[in-house]
Amino acid sequence: MSQTTFDTSEQPQFFLEEDHHVESSTNLGFWLYLMSDCLIFAVLFATYAVVGRNYAAGPSPADLFELPLVAVNTAMLLLSSITYGFAMLQMERNAKAETLFWLGITGVFGAIFIGLELYEFINLIHEGAGPTRSAFLSAFFTLVGTHGLHVTFGIIWLITLMVQVSMHGLVEANRRRLMCLSMFWHFLDVVWIGVFSFVYLIGVVG
Amino acid sequence: MTVQAPVHEDAHQAHHGHSNGHEAGHGSLKSYLTGFVLSIILTAIPFWLVMGEVFDSKVVTVSLIMVLGAVQIVVHMIYFLHMNTRSEGGWTIMALIFTLVIVFIALSGSLWVMHHLNANMMPMSPDMMKNMP
Repeated sequence: MSQTTFDTSEQPQFFLEEDHHVESSTNLGFWLYLMSDCLIFAVLFATYAVVGRNYAAGPSPADLFELPLVAVNTAMLLLSSITYGFAMLQMERNAKAETLFWLGITGVFGAIFIGLELYEFINLIHEGAGPTRSAFLSAFFTLVGTHGLHVTFGIIWLITLMVQVSMHGLVEANRRRLMCLSMFWHFLDVVWIGVFSFVYLIGVVG
Repeated sequence: MTVQAPVHEDAHQAHHGHSNGHEAGHGSLKSYLTGFVLSIILTAIPFWLVMGEVFDSKVVTVSLIMVLGAVQIVVHMIYFLHMNTRSEGGWTIMALIFTLVIVFIALSGSLWVMHHLNANMMPMSPDMMKNMP
């Protein structure tokens, strides 16, 4: 008799452990969104790979791209990735002010990145190398512009979360949101690796 | 039983809290810094290869850029996105592998098909292209 009650008391533990995965499904769901976003970028990369050398007698990457500017841009995005990491570490320590500080720094780096990219785009269009000039430039503006739009929306999301955290503190909901934005932000940095390697560096090499 | 129930709750809570920190993974200062330093090195080398015109051969430079880019993506996945084979019961890595397969098919398929289409097109001079609509 005592044996059977012991057995039944063991069982709930098993089921509770099963439940756990259902509770924290946000991370997996957001990861699946990122994977679908990855497919968008893959298609844009494929487009660029196919038409990236169709210059229509116009300028080529070697004529247009300024690598020092791209290097600074890459550094900005990489720095924003590590500062977002610092924000997450401060969030783990429940330090609200420090979390907000590092989120702010991340936003500044992101804004500099967008600013430099807009400066590059405006320069290109000013030189007559706008998206309508050739298939190469259409694909270039679409790919890099889509990445830039993602970063822009990431910054808007970041500011929204900074307001949320400063109003409600590091509550469970805000932690979940910060975790999602963290994945989004690092994912954009991963896409940028593809952009600077494949579009800028290999483009200039020819 | 009545005494045991709260114990189970506590055990569950502890387990939950632990796995949240472990599986969702926020990483440590050390892992972030390791990833950051590796990224700087893996970014600096390809830029140096191109801006310093280190190799005469385009094929060598391009292949090195591709390899270093791929390595850096893996570094970001591990140290910044905290990817591992255990998180979410292995579903994140499954989703990633599935996505990589689709990406590979989309990229290689597009290039393969379009290369053959290009090869069968009538050759055009830059002058003819300029007068294209």
